[in-house]
Amino acid sequence: MQGLKKSLLTAVWFMFLTFPIMVIRVNTIEKTIVWRWENLALVGISVFLLSYVWRFLMSRRERGNKQNAFATDDRAQAFRALIEDRRIRYSLIAAFAIFVGVFPFLFSMYQVNIMISALIYIMLGLGLNIVVGLAGLLDLGFVAFYAVGAYAYALLNLHFGLGFWAVLPMAAVLGAFVGILLGFPVLRLRGDYLAIVTLGFGEIIRLVLENWGTFTRGPSGISNIPRPDLFGLEFGLQGRIIYMYYVVLALVLFTIAVVTRLKYSRIGRAWMALREDEIACQAMGIDKTQTKLMAFSLGATWAAMAGVVFAAKTSFINPASFTFLESAMILSIVVLGGMGSTVGVILGALILILLPEYLRAFAEYRMIVFGAIMVLFMVFRPQGLIRDRRLKRRFHPAESSKGAEAVPTGEGMARGAGSHG
Amino acid sequence: MAEAGPVLDVRNLTMDFGGLRAIDSVSLDIMPGEIVALIGPNGAGKTTFFNCVTGLYTPTSGEILLSARGQRKRLNGLKPNHITALGMARTFQNIRLFPHMTVLENVMIGRHCRTRSSIFGAIFRPPATRQEEAESIEISYGLLKEVGLTALVDETANNLPYGAQRRLEIARAMATEPALLLLDEPAAGMNPSETRELQALILRLREKHDLSILLIEHDMKLVMSLSDRVCVLEYGTQIAQSTPEEVSRDPRVIKAYLGEEADA
Amino acid sequence: MGRMEYFLEIFFGGLTRGSIYALIALGYTMVYGIIQLINFAHGEIYMIGAFTALIVAGVLGSLGMPGYAILLLTLPIAVIYASAYGFTVEKIAYKPLRSAPRLSPLISAIGMSIFLQNYILLAQTADFLPFPNLLPYFDLPDFVGGILTSSEVTIVITAALVMAGLTSFIKFTRMGKAMRATAQNQRMAMLVGVNVDQVISLTFIIGSALAAIGGVLIASHIGQINFYIGFIAGIKAFTAAVLGGIGSVPGAMLGGLVLGWTESFATGYVSSDYEDVFAFALLVLILIFRPAGILGKADSQKV
Repeated sequence: MQGLKKSLLTAVWFMFLTFPIMVIRVNTIEKTIVWRWENLALVGISVFLLSYVWRFLMSRRERGNKQNAFATDDRAQAFRALIEDRRIRYSLIAAFAIFVGVFPFLFSMYQVNIMISALIYIMLGLGLNIVVGLAGLLDLGFVAFYAVGAYAYALLNLHFGLGFWAVLPMAAVLGAFVGILLGFPVLRLRGDYLAIVTLGFGEIIRLVLENWGTFTRGPSGISNIPRPDLFGLEFGLQGRIIYMYYVVLALVLFTIAVVTRLKYSRIGRAWMALREDEIACQAMGIDKTQTKLMAFSLGATWAAMAGVVFAAKTSFINPASFTFLESAMILSIVVLGGMGSTVGVILGALILILLPEYLRAFAEYRMIVFGAIMVLFMVFRPQGLIRDRRLKRRFHPAESSKGAEAVPTGEGMARGAGSHG
Repeated sequence: MAEAGPVLDVRNLTMDFGGLRAIDSVSLDIMPGEIVALIGPNGAGKTTFFNCVTGLYTPTSGEILLSARGQRKRLNGLKPNHITALGMARTFQNIRLFPHMTVLENVMIGRHCRTRSSIFGAIFRPPATRQEEAESIEISYGLLKEVGLTALVDETANNLPYGAQRRLEIARAMATEPALLLLDEPAAGMNPSETRELQALILRLREKHDLSILLIEHDMKLVMSLSDRVCVLEYGTQIAQSTPEEVSRDPRVIKAYLGEEADA
Repeated sequence: MGRMEYFLEIFFGGLTRGSIYALIALGYTMVYGIIQLINFAHGEIYMIGAFTALIVAGVLGSLGMPGYAILLLTLPIAVIYASAYGFTVEKIAYKPLRSAPRLSPLISAIGMSIFLQNYILLAQTADFLPFPNLLPYFDLPDFVGGILTSSEVTIVITAALVMAGLTSFIKFTRMGKAMRATAQNQRMAMLVGVNVDQVISLTFIIGSALAAIGGVLIASHIGQINFYIGFIAGIKAFTAAVLGGIGSVPGAMLGGLVLGWTESFATGYVSSDYEDVFAFALLVLILIFRPAGILGKADSQKV
C-alpha cells in the first residue's frame, strides 16, 4: 500500500512536471498550439511503473552496500567459474575470433561499414579508458585529440599528398604532443576542475576549426580523403571497405594488447594508485604530474590515431563531428562498459553503437538513452556492466613456505596478464 | 651505517597557517637506528610536523635535512615523491591504502620509485622490464612475509581487517627502501596483543633494514617500551626531549599530557 | 556613431549579458558551495525555464491576453517549473551519490544534462523558436537612447533586485543561515540540527529559480531559443562562477559582470568570430592560474 501511494504520488508529480513540455507544443511562427494529452497519460503510466523499478533497484543497492564485498551473488560466481574454465574460455574466444575474422564475407557492405564505426569507437573507448578508467582523470575534451588526428590526415593529405600509413604514426606523435601541451598546465587541477578545463579546450579546438577557414576550410569541412592503401594496390569499392575493416580490426587488437600490458605494468599500477589516493600515491614516491601526463597523452595518442581512421573511413570531415556530445558519447561507452575494464569497454561500444544502428526506430532516442545510462549507471552500477577485476597471482601455500625463490616470475605475470584482459 | 651524523636533522621548524602558528621552532634529530617517539596532546602539531617533514606542507621557516642513501639533502620545498625517493617513507594516521588494488600491488606501488621501466617497457616488455617486474614481486612478497600477510596477497586491500591494513601500510612504506620510517599512530585502534605484535614487528624491521623510526603514538606503554628517545609537543612547541624515563618524570609533560588525560 | 557612444553601447551590452550570467552563475556557486558538485545540468534548467515561458506565453497569447499580464503570469510559472525540475534532478541524479567518489555525481550530472537537452529536443523541436518580447517597453531619455534599450534597463534592474533579495535572504533569514552553516561544514550543521537534505533541496530550488528568471529575461531580449542554449550559457555561467570564486555568492555576481564585459569588449573591439572562444579561453586561464577565483579562498586538502 505504501508503495502504491508513493508510486501514484511520483506519477502525479511527473505529470505535473512534464505537462507543459510534453503536452503543449507552441509554434510561435504559425501561431498554432497543439495539445497532446495522450503524452500526459503516457508519462503517468510509465512513471508509475518505473517508480516500482526504481525502488526495487534502490533497495537492492542498499542491501548491496551492507553486504560484505567478499560475497558476490551466486549467479555471477557461477558465470565466472564457467568463463574461467580454460576449455570453455578458449573455445569461446576462438569462436568469437573466427566470427570477427570472417565478418566482412558474411554480411553486406552496409553492415561492414557499421562494424567499422563500432571498431573505431572501441579504439576511442579504450583510449579514453586509459585516462578515465585507469588514471581516474575525467577528460571531457577527448574529442579534441580525435579532431587533431582527423585533421592531421585530411590536411597532410590535401597539401602534401601523404597516405594513411604515413600519417598514422605522425598523428600518434602529434596527439601525444598536443596531449602533453594541453595536459601540462591543467593536470595539477582537482578532478572536477580538470573535467571542465578539458571541456573548454575541446570546445576551443572545435571553434578554431570552425572559424579558421583558410587553414581548415571552416564548417564546410574537407572531402575526398582517401582510404588506406596497400603497397599501391588498387581495390574495388567493396575491396576497399573490406580492407578498411581489417585495418581497423588490426588497430583494435593492437590497442587491446597495449592497454592490457599497460594495465598490469609499473605505470598502470601507478595510474590506478593515483586514481585511488593521490596523497598516499605521492607519499609512495610517485610523481603525480608526470604519471598523469603519461595517461593523458597516451589517451590523446589513441584518439588521434582513431581520428586518422575516422577521416579515412568517412572520407569527409568537418568540425560538426567533433562536438562535446561526441566526447560525452565516448564517456558513456566507458561508463556503461565499466571503467578500467577492457572487455567492458568493448562491450559498451558494441552496444551503444550497434543497437541504435539496428533498431532504427530507436535511433533518435540515442542521445537521451546515453544521458540516462550515465545517470542510472552512476547511481545503480558504478562499476559498469563488467567490473574491472584485479589480477590475481596464484601463490600456492607450498610455494610460499619455501620462501622467496618460489614466487612467480615476470614470465608468469605476463601470461596472467594476457589471460585477464 | 655509513653516515655518522643524524639521519634526520630538523632545526627550528616553524609552520604557520594564516595567523595560526601550528609548529613553533621545533628541533629534532634522529640518529641511525634510533627510534624516536613524538607525543603530545591532540592538536599539538604532531601530524603537521610529519606533513612538513614529508613535503605535504612547505614549512614557513626552519631547516629539514635528510642523510640517507649516501647523500645529505635539504628537504624544504621538495615534493613528497621526491622526499620518498631520497629515503624517507611514512604511514598515515587514517590508513590510506589503495583500497581496490590487491595487497601485493599495494606493496609494489612502494617499489615505483626504485624501478625504472616506462611506457615503452610496459608495451614491449624487454627482458630488463621483465626482470625488474619479477624483482619487484619478489621484494614485495618478501616484505609481506615480514609483516605476516602472505596469506592475503591476492585480496583487495579494502577487504583486510583493520590490524592487517596497518601492517600492509608499513610493508608498502618499507618497499620504498627508506632509511627513515615515519609512523603516524601505528597502534591506533589495535588491541593489546596486536600492539605487542606491532612492537615486535617494528623492532624486527629496524634490525633487518638498518632503519631509523620516528613515530607518533598515543599508546604510552608502547612509546615507553619501544622508543630510545621521546619528544613532547604542546601547542606546537617542544616542551621536552629526552629518554622515556626522564620524560615520564618531567612535571611539564605530566601537566600537559597526562594532566589532559586526567581531565578527560 | 561616436567612439564614446560605441564604447558605452558595448559597456551596457556587457552589463546586460553579465547580469544574466550572474543570475545563472549563482545556481552553480550555491550548489558547489554546499555539495561541491559542478551541477552540469544547471544550464538545462535555465533552458527549460525559457521553454516553459515560451509555451505558457504562447498559450496565454492565443487567449488574447495583454502583454503585461502575460509577463506577470509567465515569469512565475517558468520559475516554479524550473525549480521543480531542479528539485527533481537533485533527487534522482545527485542525492543517491552523496557519499560516492567525487567524479560519480559529475558524470551523473553530465548524463542528466544530455538527457534533459534531448528530452526537450524530442518533446518539442530541434529548431530555433522565436521568443516573444515580454519585457515592457518604455521611452528612454534622448541622451541614452542610442546607447541602451529599455529591455536592457529592465534586465539589469531586475537582476540587481533579485540578487539583492538573495543576498538578504542568505544573510538574514533562518534558512539562509542554515545554508551558510551547511556550506561551511555539513556534518557540523547536521549535528546542530540543520536539516541538510532540506537545505540542499532549497539550494537547488533557489538556483533553478534564478536561472529561470535569467532565461526568460535573455530569451525575451535575444528573441529566440532552442534546446541547446543551456549548454553554452551553462558553461559561460560556470566560467563566471569560477572567475568570481566558486562557492562565493558575491563572487558569482562579480564574475558574471567581468565575463559579460570581457565578451562584449572582445567581440566589439577584437573579433566577433571567436565570441565563444573568449569565454572558454578565460575559463581555461583562470582555472590554470587562479583556480580560487577573484574572491575565493584557496582550499587545502586535509590529510
